[in-house]
Amino acid sequence: MITLEIDGKTIEVEKHRTVMDAANELGIHIPHFCYHRKLSIAANCRMCLVEVEKAPKPMPACATPVADGMKVWTHSEVAVNAQKGVMEFLLINHPLDCPICDQGGECQLQDLAVGYGGSSSRFHENKRVVAHKNLGPLVSAEEMSRCIHCTRCVRFGQEIAGIMELGMAGRGEHAQIMAFVGQTVDSELSGNMIDVCPVGALTSNPFRYSARTWELSRRSSIAPHDSLGSNLVVQVKQNRVMRVVPRDNEEVNECWLSDRDRFSYEGLNSSERLTTPMIKRDGRWLEVDWSAALEFVATELGRIHASLGPAAIGALATPQATCEELYLLQKLIRSLGSGNVDFRLRQLDFSADDGQNGAPWLGMKVTDLNTLDRILVIGSNLRKEQPLLAQRVRQAVRHHGAQLSVINPIGDDFLATVQNCMIIPPSRIADALAAVIKAAAQKTGDAIPEQVSGAEVTDEARQIADSILSGERSAILLGNFVEHSPEKSRIHALAQTLASMADSAVVMLGDGANSVGGYLSGALPTAEPSGRNAREMIEQPLKAYVLLHTEVELDTSLPRLATAAMHSAELVVAMSPFKHRALDYAQVLLPVAPFTETAGTFVNIEGRRQKFQGVVAPLGETRPAWKVLRVLGNLLHLDGFGFESINDVREELNTFAAEPADRLDNRLGESAVKTALDARADARGRATGSVEQLTVERIGEVPVYNVDGIVRRAQALQQTRDAQTDRVSMHRGLIEKLGLQSGDRVRICQHGGEAVLDFDRDDRLPPGCVRVASAIDTTSDLGPAFGEMTVERVAARNVVNA
Amino acid sequence: MTVTAPVSPEALASIDKAVVKYPADRKQSAVMAALTIVQDEKGFLSTETIEFVAGYLQMPPIAVWEVATFYGMYNLEKTGRYKITICTNLPCALRGAEAAAEHLQKKLEIGFNQTSADGRFTLKEGECMGACADAPVCLVNDKKMMSFMTPEKLDEFIDGLWNQ
Ligand code: SF4
Ligand code: FES
Ligand code: FES
Repeated sequence: MITLEIDGKTIEVEKHRTVMDAANELGIHIPHFCYHRKLSIAANCRMCLVEVEKAPKPMPACATPVADGMKVWTHSEVAVNAQKGVMEFLLINHPLDCPICDQGGECQLQDLAVGYGGSSSRFHENKRVVAHKNLGPLVSAEEMSRCIHCTRCVRFGQEIAGIMELGMAGRGEHAQIMAFVGQTVDSELSGNMIDVCPVGALTSNPFRYSARTWELSRRSSIAPHDSLGSNLVVQVKQNRVMRVVPRDNEEVNECWLSDRDRFSYEGLNSSERLTTPMIKRDGRWLEVDWSAALEFVATELGRIHASLGPAAIGALATPQATCEELYLLQKLIRSLGSGNVDFRLRQLDFSADDGQNGAPWLGMKVTDLNTLDRILVIGSNLRKEQPLLAQRVRQAVRHHGAQLSVINPIGDDFLATVQNCMIIPPSRIADALAAVIKAAAQKTGDAIPEQVSGAEVTDEARQIADSILSGERSAILLGNFVEHSPEKSRIHALAQTLASMADSAVVMLGDGANSVGGYLSGALPTAEPSGRNAREMIEQPLKAYVLLHTEVELDTSLPRLATAAMHSAELVVAMSPFKHRALDYAQVLLPVAPFTETAGTFVNIEGRRQKFQGVVAPLGETRPAWKVLRVLGNLLHLDGFGFESINDVREELNTFAAEPADRLDNRLGESAVKTALDARADARGRATGSVEQLTVERIGEVPVYNVDGIVRRAQALQQTRDAQTDRVSMHRGLIEKLGLQSGDRVRICQHGGEAVLDFDRDDRLPPGCVRVASAIDTTSDLGPAFGEMTVERVAARNVVNA
Repeated sequence: MTVTAPVSPEALASIDKAVVKYPADRKQSAVMAALTIVQDEKGFLSTETIEFVAGYLQMPPIAVWEVATFYGMYNLEKTGRYKITICTNLPCALRGAEAAAEHLQKKLEIGFNQTSADGRFTLKEGECMGACADAPVCLVNDKKMMSFMTPEKLDEFIDGLWNQ
């Protein structure tokens, strides 16, 4: 420890810390621009100059290491003169256009200029002008003359986002921040550059010029898109969400936010919002009041219940629904005597449902990810599924020397050094894992589990086994390609087997904000009375469906069949914030609140229960879904729906779900493991069939900006590169096999449905597989995300009529 | 569709030679050498060449772009046969660089960052070349240093090039 004195106060800090760190600990503010606690030290702005005893000139606090007996003055005459001098230089070329600057009111330069700037300038020469840049639909760089060259945005890209998309070109007076010629900023974390930019050079494209910061009220909330549950500050003006920024929470999102969580709010203000309850009468949609709508639902549900029995009724909710909503939904269905309720809409394989020991979760604290030393990712486009967890994995690789191994059906870049990598068809993931287990057993001398004894051990399998066995703190991450796989249970069981050999944690990444909360709220068919799971409810159609936030054609594993099931039902009650395709198949539309308009709770991936309040009043006639479900319960004369407030619901839920921590468990029971391991799927990734019509294996990922109804309607996000998903990607070999020429399109058929799409080439994909997104409109008439499909060429000359 | 390198095998070999001077995980240290090598071959650094160098050294293209735009010796556009860079920093300026620069501009009938109509000369303004003792100085084609460039010496030198 080192003792030093700052402004007369003594403090002890560790070696290798800086004067800035020590001052921060003392609560002494040193003006700064380029310093950012999460980024490396650049020391290029010089705003933090302080006086240090025995130093011949002022020293930059952010880059000066502490020394024993050091005496520092941050506000002495010498220090303040230096700081004022720096400020004068910074302002020489700055346009001083605060009145028309979007950053005005929340600008570090503006704030510090008040304290350290002169009231007029001594500089009478011309100011430099820097051309604006096009960085894409999210980050605006229209006023680059305001840049003070702190390089925070550049360092953010290199160090946190893991990809250097911005740089400082040129030299001296001609230096400017830009992307490489013709490129934009495409990182899934790009919005953070807006936050770190201390001036108004990088601003939010969707938010620009729509409000002044002091007109906005700031309210806390929780992000609803991935299972991390980033903490948010939602900024509101006149009952409208204008902007979303991160709320610091070191244990969850640190000071960052993914672009999905930051820019999705545009979907809340979408023109597709449903604002009044609607009933379909004689094929026409009528706007009705709530009581009429709810009466109708109660009567119809009652009728079907009476005539066909409770098992004809079921509910499908998305994992974006809150715990309170999911709890009441399952309570409603169960009180009716049915067990048909599920929120795992994209899951195909439920065979391990009975053997699951608890709610699948991260298996550790979120912060523990940073300190792992061996990481095996199986079946995940991690950066897009969990942008900020991917960031933590990246930090583990960079700063803890973690070895990253990957078994994946796609070759997308992790933006972190990958030690071992197997890119294989989805149907071979389980076999590959079996090979790793066999290799591991050979190495440790353990008995080779019988079910993997036939596996063929490749060099890669051996390397992955060596890597995971040699770690102290290792984890096996199962991503959405596993979550949605028809072989989920087998892969899970194999991962568990490997984990027990290597003493690692199994991580279930989940596919929605409340994927853990859904389990804890009992929104599953496994509780009593038990019933059909999501897939069964689709494959064996019911007579009545209650849909909570669900757009079946986009949110389920079997979109084509699900749509058909809806059409064949007598009653579909669509509870949603949006008018969507339920207009075609539902009988009632009930406008329920998105997360910003209701109180609720999400349980995040580490089991953290995060409550939030509504931040704006519900739009139009919209009502919180928990209230709607409560009234429905009452109208149906069901017991136990007398809740006065959301707290009553929460109290009951708390007794129901106890402490999340006690219910979290990724393990499958012994017999479930055995059954899963014994199971063998037959789909094998090989292109077969005639040249005209090749049978291939589908890789049907859910694109990052299509995970739920809100983000699908967020305009700016939909313009990003990541949102350009209307296409088929395949390996060169397959393109040649199909004889595709540029201009041609590709017809894909699955489950009797088809789609015609443009193609592009991605040689990192396994041959015999095509990557065709699910959860998008164009493919909503197809079958499951994983499995076989046929592809054929649509020659360019036929494209018009295709 | 195999990606063909936009530079010759000889150039690639020289880049490789530069790369092995550094530790294997520090390939990017060779970026200046690599840019010089490809510029010597191509005359200037196009976006494609820069991307190629970036890919070859496993660097983000923007990082190579930073280097290429930082140094005056890299040309991002086609230059004339002779690229003359005249130093206008303080020591040179004190020894008559301004006059020399003006003389050059008049004589070649071009301004800074311009190329003469016949494609023979490009004129650039440079920063201190560490040769202040010889001020004023100019650099020809980034390699050859010319000392004590009074207008008379400039005339003699330029005329010599004209007649070549
Ligand atoms: S754009 Fe902003 S963050 Fe980037 S260097 Fe300029 S002032 Fe700093
Ligand atoms: S904050 Fe220290 S130099 Fe910029
Ligand atoms: S100032 Fe011209 S060479 Fe140094």
